[in-house]
Amino acid sequence: MSVQQLPGAASALAQRQQALRTRYAAHFQPVYRGHLGAFSVAILAVLVFAYGVYSLDMSYARIVGGLGELGRMVLRMLPPEPGSWSLAGIYAYAMLETLAIALLGTLLAAIVAFPLGFLAARNTTLNRVVQFFARRSFDTLRGVDILIWALIWINVVGLGPFAGVLALFMSDLGSFGKLFSEAIEAADDKPVEGVVSTGGSSLSAVRFGILPQLLPVLLSQVLYAFESNTRSASIIGIVGAGGIGLILSEQIRTLELQQMAFVILLILATVSLIDFCCARIRFSIIGVRAR
Amino acid sequence: MSLPSHLGQAYAHAVAAKRRQVWIGLLVLGVCVLLSGKVAEISAAKLADNIGNFSNYIDRIAHLESGQWVISDPAEWFWGWKKWLALMGETLLMAYVGTLLGAAAALVLCFLASKNMTQSAWLVFATRRLLEFARTVPEMVFALIFVVAFSLGPLPGILALAIHTTGALGKLFAEVVENVDMKPVDGVLATGGNWLHKVRFAVLPQVASNFASYALLRFEINVRGAAVLGFVGAGGIGQTLLEVIRKFYYADVSALLVLIIATVMLIDAGTERIRHRLLGQERQA
Repeated sequence: MSVQQLPGAASALAQRQQALRTRYAAHFQPVYRGHLGAFSVAILAVLVFAYGVYSLDMSYARIVGGLGELGRMVLRMLPPEPGSWSLAGIYAYAMLETLAIALLGTLLAAIVAFPLGFLAARNTTLNRVVQFFARRSFDTLRGVDILIWALIWINVVGLGPFAGVLALFMSDLGSFGKLFSEAIEAADDKPVEGVVSTGGSSLSAVRFGILPQLLPVLLSQVLYAFESNTRSASIIGIVGAGGIGLILSEQIRTLELQQMAFVILLILATVSLIDFCCARIRFSIIGVRAR
Repeated sequence: MSLPSHLGQAYAHAVAAKRRQVWIGLLVLGVCVLLSGKVAEISAAKLADNIGNFSNYIDRIAHLESGQWVISDPAEWFWGWKKWLALMGETLLMAYVGTLLGAAAALVLCFLASKNMTQSAWLVFATRRLLEFARTVPEMVFALIFVVAFSLGPLPGILALAIHTTGALGKLFAEVVENVDMKPVDGVLATGGNWLHKVRFAVLPQVASNFASYALLRFEINVRGAAVLGFVGAGGIGQTLLEVIRKFYYADVSALLVLIIATVMLIDAGTERIRHRLLGQERQA
């Protein structure tokens, strides 16, 4: 039997509610306090957004027209096909080149960043000045995008995948340097104390105290970087630094959309394959299943 | 003290097996590296021959046309600062609008992609695959396609950023939503609330600060991304940068690079402070 059907129950309920309201007045207040700041931030955010939409020429007509054009393009992408077997071979080789660029760039950066990471870590650095400059150099290397590095290296070693390897190397050196030094700083210093207390030198403190904690972390970071570099390496061809990006941008310029769709699918498949392999290797190294 | 012999043997076996594994791994890696070196046309000789070009290049971008150091005459170095600042502003605005659009889309999709908020397994699956697609395709590829569909300008760049952001944030948001405390949700459900009530009153208060923090991190990443979208004609400062690099206006290259790096660092520092405050709030609550 529900409450409403009892005679007089509704008014009793109202009375109880009233009593609750008077007793716990504070809890029935609308919660405006502290929301003024959030509210003004929201207003500001919307205003900036509106200004952006206005000044960046995002007119309704352009968006609708563009979406129609995009729809027609997508229809012309179907079904994705490589065109011919020889072209498929070319694409496969370009994809292999992309993987090669990603592997070498990541590995070189990891090898060079490894010693430099110790210089940039608070607990293993030589002195504060060295640490400061190491950190800032890593920040600068990271601040320049891979595509910009690629353009610069093309000026040095010419067009081709080698420039791509060097570009990935530069930008990864920045991120590895930061990640490695943070991992070194986060390492537990009790094993180090243990090594030092048995009379070990500072070098053996690093070798037997820090390295065993560090290696699994570093390897897993390198594997993550390899995954994301496979993606990056597939676009640096746009500026001429090797890999499948060159083919992709040419196909878009000449509107060979079916073949373009094939190449995009090839990239997606390769990236997922690499993700899968890296997850397996990471699992076998650190024994933790990646999420 | 010596170990009993069978234990010693077992230990030696275990160590040997581990060593063997490491050596096999290194061997495979070595073969891969050699193959890659072949495919990627690595040549130490070429690098050694041309490494002079690199230092030469750095040297050139550090000097004005008159041969002076760039720092000696900042007015001459940053001669185009009005134009460049406007372009940098456009880049920032692109990143902002793209991030906001992407975050809004991710906010809608993340609830459909989390198992605890959506009953239908296939809807969760489909949403997750959609998000995966959006973040696996590099934003440059989207930008290339959109430039053809929407014509040149910032619009295709913003859309490319927005799609990539949707994919990346949608995944992170969904992970946060799947880890919320379900008791408030049960409470809202018990008082007869519908799905929207659940989201608004039970989940959002728990996740809002995390969402904002992730969105800010994405904004930071998108500023870097927006700075190079101009390479394919999708607006921002990238187009000008590409021009000055290709046309060998050395001093301009360094001026633009300094401008971009300084802006990125400034944005990094700013968003990091806001994020620490946001996450600090969460810990107090």
